[in-house]
Amino acid sequence: MSVGIVLVSHSAKLAEGLAELAAQMAPDVTIRPAGGLSDGSIGTDYDEVVAATQRADSGDGVVLLYDLGSAQMTAELAVESLADPSAAIVADGPLVEGAIAAAVAAQAGRDRKAVAEAAASAGIPEDLAPAEATAGGAGIELELRNEVGLHARPAGLLVRTLSEFDAEVTVRLGDQEADARSVLALMSLGARQGDRIRVQARGPQAEAALAKVRELVDGDFGE
Amino acid sequence: MTCKAEGVAAAVRAAAAVVAEHRVELIDLDRAIGDGDHGENLNRGFAAVVAALDASAPDTPGGVLKLVATTLISKVGGAAGPLYGTAFLRASAKLGTAADLDVPALLDALRAGLEGVQARGKAVGGDATMVDALIPAVAAAEKAAEDGGDVAAVLTAAADAADRGAESTVELVPRKGRASYLGERAVGHTDPGARSSALLLRAFAEAAR
Repeated sequence: MSVGIVLVSHSAKLAEGLAELAAQMAPDVTIRPAGGLSDGSIGTDYDEVVAATQRADSGDGVVLLYDLGSAQMTAELAVESLADPSAAIVADGPLVEGAIAAAVAAQAGRDRKAVAEAAASAGIPEDLAPAEATAGGAGIELELRNEVGLHARPAGLLVRTLSEFDAEVTVRLGDQEADARSVLALMSLGARQGDRIRVQARGPQAEAALAKVRELVDGDFGE
Repeated sequence: MTCKAEGVAAAVRAAAAVVAEHRVELIDLDRAIGDGDHGENLNRGFAAVVAALDASAPDTPGGVLKLVATTLISKVGGAAGPLYGTAFLRASAKLGTAADLDVPALLDALRAGLEGVQARGKAVGGDATMVDALIPAVAAAEKAAEDGGDVAAVLTAAADAADRGAESTVELVPRKGRASYLGERAVGHTDPGARSSALLLRAFAEAAR
């Protein structure tokens, strides 16, 4: 089970398309689009948001993301109307980046507070740190041979896989470094086919985490 | 003088008629600084409220307001749905299951409605929103009640103050909602939400006479 996600948008197409995109990186997470009015026009449908929130909750709660102004109000009102309002959180973050970050966090089994925080911090561009900021620990250098490099799906797979290890992992490309818990930070590195990345790990399971990363990279992320 | 469920329902029906009458005016106000849907959305919402009252009329003032709230929330797609919905929902919660709406209960309901709008929309006075009609309305209602006014007098005072408050939004730079995207360019326009708030209070006041 994992935290469910509801995407509240004025547009049905926007919500559906985003759910499709996020699902690619979080195949086991329930992601429900709640966009547009029931007659197909632009707006947010309170009843649909409530229903989507109830359906998205498999016991671990729900995180809702919204696009503009009144979508936030509709989402908050829907949460207040739940039998247990504490089961759902309206996350304050950019819709697209937030949905991706939330989906990956949910896939990794984080709780709803952590999932909401992942969404909220998704737009803050401090995920990339100068490379010298973190030193120490074990490290390996790997060449990306898969076609898309550290693009959305491989980045998501890496984050999910590493969430099972008790280790702090960073990925470095050139002079930029990304926290391997953040799919957006990894994608921001812009690592492509043929690039050499340096993976550093610290913590009790650092070696095992590095071995797993090597396995993923050598296996071209299952492409 | 107090007001029972039938009286509150009649006031809500009167408000629906006023919204229908002013639909085009609200659309025009919103088109100038927003997305132009306020009149249409509110009219659709209140038409649905009337249909819901026709289907089953609640037997307490609080019950009527709750029906108004849930219907508006479900039927109004823009910001007005959650905002007015929250206002009526908080007001109905204050009234509880009491059979009569008296002046103290009316004041409680008005204050709760304003608090609900502010909690939902996070607007404060001066942001050029419905709050700029509602803050003076609540203050005027309190003053009228202190002066011994009945339900009709309290509502009339609130409506008068809301009218002036709505007019004051002409001078303001919007800081919430769609109009805030325009910034200074929205100065010179009445906020549609403030206008509709004033219209609703006026309709309630007329119905209470």
